Amino acid sequence: AALGTLYLTATHVIFVETAPDTRKETWVCLFSMSSCHIMFVSLMKYEELYCFSFNPKLDREEREQGWMLVNLSEEYKRMGLPNDYWQLSDVNREYRVCDSYPTELYVPKSATAHIIVGSSKFRSRRRFPALSYYCKDNHASICRSSQPLSGFSARCLEDEQMLQAIRKANPGSDFLYVVDTRPKLNAMANRAAGKGYENEDNYSNIKFQFIGIENIHVMRNSLQKMLEVCELKSPSMSDFLWGLENSGWLRHIKAIMDAGIFIAKAVSEEGASVLVHCSDGWDRTAQVCSVASLLLEPHYRTLKGFMVLIEKDWISFGHKFTHRYGNLDGDPREISPVIDQFLECVWQLMEQFPCAFEFNERFLIHIQHHIYSCQFGNFLCNSQKERQELKIQERTYSLWAHLWKNRVDYLNPLFRADHSQTRGVLHLPTAPCNFMYKFWNGMYNRFEKGLQPRQSVTDYLVAVKEETQQLEEELEALEERLEKIQKVQLNRTKVRSKQSEPSKHSGFSTSDNTNTPQDYSGNVKSFPSRSPSQGDEDSALILTQDNLKSSDPDLSANSDQESGVEDLSCRSPSGGECVPSEDSGKDRDSDEAVFLTA
Amino acid sequence: MEFAELIRTGQAQAELLRGPEEPPLRGTLCITGHHLLLSPGPQATPDLWLLLLRNVDSIEKRVAGDSGTITLRCKDLRVLQLDIEGVEATLDIARSIEALSSLESVITSFPFFYRPKGLRLGDAWHFHPPECYYKRVARETNAWRLSEANEDFSLCPSYPRAVIVPRAVDDSALARSARFRQGGRFPVLSYYHAPSGTVLLRAGQPLTGPQKRRCSEDEDLLRAVLAGARPGARGFIVDTRSPQAAKQARMTGGGTEAKAAYPGWKRLHRLLETGRPLQESFVRLVEACGDLEQSMDRWLNRLESCRWLSHVKETLSTACLAAQSMEQEGACVLVHGAEGTDSTLLITSLAQLILDPLSRTMAGFQELIEREWVQAGHPFQLRCAHSAFSHARPKHEAPTFLLFLDCVWQLGRQFPLSLEFGEGMLLALFDHAYASPFGTFLCNNEKERCLCEVRTRTHSLWSGLSQPKEQRKLRNPLYVPNPLAIWPSAEPQSLRLWQGLFLRGTRPPEPSEVAWEKVWQIVTDQEKTEGSQPTDSASEAGP
Repeated sequence: AALGTLYLTATHVIFVETAPDTRKETWVCLFSMSSCHIMFVSLMKYEELYCFSFNPKLDREEREQGWMLVNLSEEYKRMGLPNDYWQLSDVNREYRVCDSYPTELYVPKSATAHIIVGSSKFRSRRRFPALSYYCKDNHASICRSSQPLSGFSARCLEDEQMLQAIRKANPGSDFLYVVDTRPKLNAMANRAAGKGYENEDNYSNIKFQFIGIENIHVMRNSLQKMLEVCELKSPSMSDFLWGLENSGWLRHIKAIMDAGIFIAKAVSEEGASVLVHCSDGWDRTAQVCSVASLLLEPHYRTLKGFMVLIEKDWISFGHKFTHRYGNLDGDPREISPVIDQFLECVWQLMEQFPCAFEFNERFLIHIQHHIYSCQFGNFLCNSQKERQELKIQERTYSLWAHLWKNRVDYLNPLFRADHSQTRGVLHLPTAPCNFMYKFWNGMYNRFEKGLQPRQSVTDYLVAVKEETQQLEEELEALEERLEKIQKVQLNRTKVRSKQSEPSKHSGFSTSDNTNTPQDYSGNVKSFPSRSPSQGDEDSALILTQDNLKSSDPDLSANSDQESGVEDLSCRSPSGGECVPSEDSGKDRDSDEAVFLTA
Repeated sequence: MEFAELIRTGQAQAELLRGPEEPPLRGTLCITGHHLLLSPGPQATPDLWLLLLRNVDSIEKRVAGDSGTITLRCKDLRVLQLDIEGVEATLDIARSIEALSSLESVITSFPFFYRPKGLRLGDAWHFHPPECYYKRVARETNAWRLSEANEDFSLCPSYPRAVIVPRAVDDSALARSARFRQGGRFPVLSYYHAPSGTVLLRAGQPLTGPQKRRCSEDEDLLRAVLAGARPGARGFIVDTRSPQAAKQARMTGGGTEAKAAYPGWKRLHRLLETGRPLQESFVRLVEACGDLEQSMDRWLNRLESCRWLSHVKETLSTACLAAQSMEQEGACVLVHGAEGTDSTLLITSLAQLILDPLSRTMAGFQELIEREWVQAGHPFQLRCAHSAFSHARPKHEAPTFLLFLDCVWQLGRQFPLSLEFGEGMLLALFDHAYASPFGTFLCNNEKERCLCEVRTRTHSLWSGLSQPKEQRKLRNPLYVPNPLAIWPSAEPQSLRLWQGLFLRGTRPPEPSEVAWEKVWQIVTDQEKTEGSQPTDSASEAGP
């Protein structure tokens, strides 16, 4: 335990230890404390969010470059568009047709503005079918939309023509899959409200398919139940497994994966195009389209590609970030862990295919954290239009640039882009393998360091690789150059102490963490409460005095997982309700300090 | 040869299916006294497919038309399917396999016939003699001595000839303590923790009986243990039964140490299930893992109801408790259950892995298994007679050793850099414990092994595992010696199903193999560069 003074500012809670020799400061970002009971943050305006005051001291040009890093126009070009079948449509110029869609949209060449506008009138919130992913090898595509306003019998010629146009844009297949990601019952209930789903009799050559993913309310409750299980104090194995099952969380994850697998198979094996929708086409549709794209396209499994994927399927197509993640005080019934589920699907895939992804688990956790942190502008607002009105790009910074700058932290050392297993489409076993879905301890118990593996294979291998690389470089160099290189290394060591530490250090510093036994007596144990909306150790949450002093202006540069700082971070967000136990971070802090100075 | 009469047919044409991902194998099927062979015809690869008949746990035959199908469920959890031409041949082969796989005699088992090239009989039997360890402890502490009181196995048939006991206790006192403990298993040293000067002991339950008998020599022995550690040292007796069960054991002549009789010792009860419940748990888990048709919710439900992971959790946390008492509290620890040959060994061996960096090395781990399982009298022959598929009613079967391996796997998952051996080693040990060409896990104790002349007539598994070609499979490329204790988390969130074992047949292994290839590549790249490094930065990379 540490004594100190607590300061409350507009954006952070700062805890300053009273010990005169350390005066260590711990900063906790308020936006990461949604479940904190002491202070309830309620902000009504975007302008009060942290990202508008967050200033990493980058100049204007750097900021603009940061926003340019992920470029969707280039992404469509990479897919091979425009081509003979698909064209860029300007129908949504100035958001005239659909205000939750982007302006840059690809549609079949044969779909005229008349057809598009007609179709949009027949779709919820005018979200007409538009291209999400195009497979250049076989011309099959994944398109997305919202539900049709079919009611019990309504038809719309233009909408039927629109689907026809999508089917024809794929000359290799004579039918189109229409995937409704809702449970059939929900879709049928929507018909009473004048919405619903496509009638196979009205649309020529479509194959209609329901995939039962539950709605945002079910998902919110499921997460709540699972987090309650995570917070149980010393649960028995039965309590834990029973609670996990009862929450239904893994069943929902599997449903999303199954939908993604279905679509990926349709595209890669049957060469058929797929139109995906749910109700509004911004939650389940985003999940399913992005999982399918990830399975189909190796590019999305790289660091840069993954950012593009989120930009494309989530940000540009109007996933309602502000509503879903409660960044502003709003309707609590709008909150739901939709993108969290997508990130978990990616993690489950990473567990299955350890060599298929260029990035590691930390990358996913940090993205998840920043969706809630409001430190960067990417995940603000509910649509492209709102972001433009708020001039987000001129007033805030891009997370992608920040992640890209620190990409060494996010690399998966096991990534094998060239292997037959990871090169093309990821093939999952055909049998329903329930055991493949595991509890994501690294995410949902991430502040319980005691529950995590105490040594990181990823960090170790990265260190080994780096060391190998360094050694190789040195071998090649001449004797005089050797000295020079080492000087450079020395400087680098000062700036980023962990990265350049050789492997044995990471072996040892992690094992420092192992030096304290836990409570095995089965006594009641105090667990801090946590939720995924709480912060992470990587960024502006936690800043030590060192970071503030350091020349690095980026406040979130502290991604050092190893340093003792993290141990405070895992307690602070819980509002100090955790009684520091035997595995208190303090010893480790001092060990670490001794070690680093040694 | 006596097997000849059990072999009803020499050979048949057959097709072998080894799982969903592997291609089928066609060829001529033959049965020998110990093996099932499939020779894939002259045009194909010359490789023989070979299965040790002892590995067959259950056999199921089905005939249709003029061919038959035999499903073999193996003790190593693989499931094989043989499609055989001819009804008669199918039935004959099935009967032969049935008869040959259930032979009970030890001295006709395969290890007595196995003569691999490159190994000399008797070579590695002294590879890990426990005496070495005991002598070292005796030398280091001065409070312990090596006793040969059990030279002829008369004190305790399940102990080895040489055991280590407090120096202050003479052999005649040992004999009387042995009579007071179940199976003659008087308290002996299992591990000496040098940093704290404390010791870990194991024994059988005291035979207090309904009259609450006492044995002054036994009390003296435990008093001497505390005195030898440090003046005023305390001790914990970890009883692996519930307090009720321990009390009930008095009715059948067993019992537990009375508080008043053993001053300085405090009793802790931690229920660890053994025997039938453990075996049933294992059977149910394997069944659940083989069922691919269930829904997601049912899967978690079944995982919960088979309770295997609960056993893992309880075992790990009890082992941690024992280790913690020694390292943190500076107390001596005595572990026993009833017989002291099952859960007792689980706890003592795991506590050593947690505390002792040496036992986490390749050689140290083998030594640990030899000392704490084989020589300590874990009845391998009885416990591993059948695995999870057998239809026979379990009598003495229990996967205690598998539970140990699973706990080690969990340790390795939480400390991926701290064990010198990898998952391959644990899998190999599991396989060999149930069916092996080597003699290491034969019989139930050292006495039986002497009678069967196992040491002179069979090869040791440890020499088999030390073959250079095996190393890549068995070693952990990520190993970095860690001089500290490794304290695992025993919370349910941190424990996982050991998929590499329990889903062996159901899951394609390639993705993880591809990953391990990469790990090896990264690590060997480094070793190569290091080897060619001429200058000063070599010091940075040293172990």
